[in-house]
Amino acid sequence: MPTTVAITGNSAIAIAMRQINPDVVAVYPITPQTSAVEEFSDYVAQGKVTTELINVESEHSAMSACVGASAAGARVLTATSSQGLALMWEVLYIASASRLPIVMYNSNRTLSGPINIHCDHSDSMGARDSGWIQIYSETAQEAYDNMIQAVRISENFDVLLPSMVMMDGFITSHALDRVDILSDDDVKGFVGEHKPAYTMLDPEHPITVGPFDGIGGFYFEYKKAQTEAMHRAFDVIEQVGKEFEQLSGRAQPIIEEYRLEDAERAIVVIGSTAGTAKDVVDDLRSKGEKVGLLKIRLFRPFPTKRIKDALKHLNAVGVMDRADSIGGMGAPVYMEIRSALYNLDTRPIVQGYVYGLGGRDVGKTDVLKAFDDLAEVQHAGEPSDIVKYIGLKE
Amino acid sequence: MTTLKELSHKEELLTGGHRLCAGCGASIAVRSILLAADAPVVSGVATGCLEVSTTIYPYTAWRTSLIHNAFENCAATVTGVETAYRSLKKQGKLPADRELRFAAFGGDGSSYDIGFQSLSGALERGHKFVYVCYNNEAYMNTGIQRSGATPLGTWTTTTPVGAAHTGKEEHHKDLTFVAAAHDIPYVAQASVSHPRDLINKAEKAFQANGPAFLNVLAPCPRGWRHESNLTVEVAKTAVETKIWPLYEIENGEWKLNNRPKKDRPIEEYFAMQGRYKHLTAPANAEIVEAYKKEVARKWSRLMRMCGEKE
Amino acid sequence: MKKWDVSNIKSWTWRDLPVGATIPVGGNADDYETGGWRSERPVLILEKCTHCMLCWIFCPDSSVIIKDEKMTGFDMVHCKGCGICAKECPTDAIVMESEEKFRHEGDK
Repeated sequence: MPTTVAITGNSAIAIAMRQINPDVVAVYPITPQTSAVEEFSDYVAQGKVTTELINVESEHSAMSACVGASAAGARVLTATSSQGLALMWEVLYIASASRLPIVMYNSNRTLSGPINIHCDHSDSMGARDSGWIQIYSETAQEAYDNMIQAVRISENFDVLLPSMVMMDGFITSHALDRVDILSDDDVKGFVGEHKPAYTMLDPEHPITVGPFDGIGGFYFEYKKAQTEAMHRAFDVIEQVGKEFEQLSGRAQPIIEEYRLEDAERAIVVIGSTAGTAKDVVDDLRSKGEKVGLLKIRLFRPFPTKRIKDALKHLNAVGVMDRADSIGGMGAPVYMEIRSALYNLDTRPIVQGYVYGLGGRDVGKTDVLKAFDDLAEVQHAGEPSDIVKYIGLKE
Repeated sequence: MTTLKELSHKEELLTGGHRLCAGCGASIAVRSILLAADAPVVSGVATGCLEVSTTIYPYTAWRTSLIHNAFENCAATVTGVETAYRSLKKQGKLPADRELRFAAFGGDGSSYDIGFQSLSGALERGHKFVYVCYNNEAYMNTGIQRSGATPLGTWTTTTPVGAAHTGKEEHHKDLTFVAAAHDIPYVAQASVSHPRDLINKAEKAFQANGPAFLNVLAPCPRGWRHESNLTVEVAKTAVETKIWPLYEIENGEWKLNNRPKKDRPIEEYFAMQGRYKHLTAPANAEIVEAYKKEVARKWSRLMRMCGEKE
Repeated sequence: MKKWDVSNIKSWTWRDLPVGATIPVGGNADDYETGGWRSERPVLILEKCTHCMLCWIFCPDSSVIIKDEKMTGFDMVHCKGCGICAKECPTDAIVMESEEKFRHEGDK
């Protein structure tokens, strides 16, 4: 029987982890992931899980131990944020290449420097090439739901790729929200038994994980194999989402289309700002403006076709990025949306907006600025290659 | 201790057909250590000569399961494997009678330097595994660059000999002491030249009730500049000149395993290796003196720790 | 242990590869010949051998063949001719001879 509770996003993750009851968790604390790990440690101390918890001495070792444990056939979860994700960067690639179904909660926090513990998406955006499935959560509820589904998605034999589940650091991780928690039995039944693709622990069948690939080797082909797995992940993610919807009553769309159908202009956004933006959409709609919102939940694999279908009828699309690519043509989501729409015969104008870096607060007025600017851009009919800023002191 | 004859019945766990250099000290060490295990071994290896040469796709020389992750995280990776084993066994997901031993192999580059943190964390957490440093005193795989294990005055490609500088200008770390400072059940210094001693230590290491650390001198013909047939001789000379003492620390008790019968002059050690040929020049006499002084200092210290009279 | 057939590997595409870049077997380097590296090879003088096992334990390439605790010879498929066995043998029961000598005899 599900229970409705008022908890933080981090608590929701800790509960999901407890209910999944992984074999091994290797983890290192970093703000703002810490309370999720602390609460899980409490469950371990109380004997509420059979998980072996390894409190390693750095995030690099956390992901390294996760790789070892997963290669040994264990179900593995972990969590990190920001500098921690950056520190384990090289091992992320190895985890994906080794096709290990590790699931990680990444609490979105900006990358230093200067050091700043608040939310933006620069950490997980920096890992978008690593071969990890990336799922973003708007609310604590979504984070809970995503964490559970990620286990089924990653472990599916058509996929076998690690997943990272994001939520906005502090904004969602530390704020109290209403969350419907499934029963322990429901979650246990949903994730099922872990059947690893390979194990190192059978002395009758030894294997070598991570061999040396020489100049006459297959590195190129292994990357292709990972890409193919990413493509196969779409169907798996949708299927798992449908099953989860049956269990929870909550739909799990890969992208959320909010009042987009008859919209003329729309904003694309990831994370908690989507909640604020939906309010702004409602306000503008009540004034007769034809606006809508696209919230991206699944970023890797990038749902090109779905996004194209959702946005193609619009006159203008404003992409709000909570990260930037310094020196790039634009910020990560903006670039991918723009590319996704490029081949359309008639395509919307795409305008990029960078907002909220280093936790710069974003409220309704800020989102409204984006919609207003987008209206001007749409009216002028001239796309701007220059990314604009919202909330910057300029 | 199992005799060589008894061990010869066991299945070879590192096959031939790997691409390590002819005369490589590392494979001598690994072969002996794997034979000494009292149950099937699951191994981890850091990036380096050993890893790169024994796992060239699609061939692996390892009859044990092996994981290679990256350069500096072999210890952490193996603790992950070991923890998975404990967790799965505890939950009945592995047969209750499946006994496994865990070994992590890293060169001195990985152990002394880039993987130092990972090693230290693994030792502190008390996992039951054997960490083996195969020590050839430089980053050999990438071309003989200096490491934290390279002794004073040694030529390497990043501490070359020239008009302004003469080899490495710092003494090396004592990683065996550092391992002992973690108060783990078993620590030992060994050499490929003394196989019975090495095997005895490996046996104790695998049976230790917690982490074990072995620092094994494994000369490199390429990097040390000696003929491929002299690997064992050079290591033996290091032991007999007191440069590389053989000792062990069992549950905090220090014990000297080998006291050289005669005091071989260190010059004999230098004379065997091209990496020290510059030390015959009179201009470098000071370096030789400093080197000898350091060897003597560490020997005295070791004698005191082991309760031995000099 | 089941064998993994890599004889056709040059024609493999991304579809033929085992998952995760793993090598799904153990010890198959045994199938790879390194004997061609040699410029000289060890020759056993059996009458001098005391079967002390030192050559076996010192061989970096697992190429000394012991049967029933007796030294029987060398694995010429893998022996790289490093010469450690000859150097370390306490009774000079192993000598190194040039490969040139054996060129016409093939790998004996």
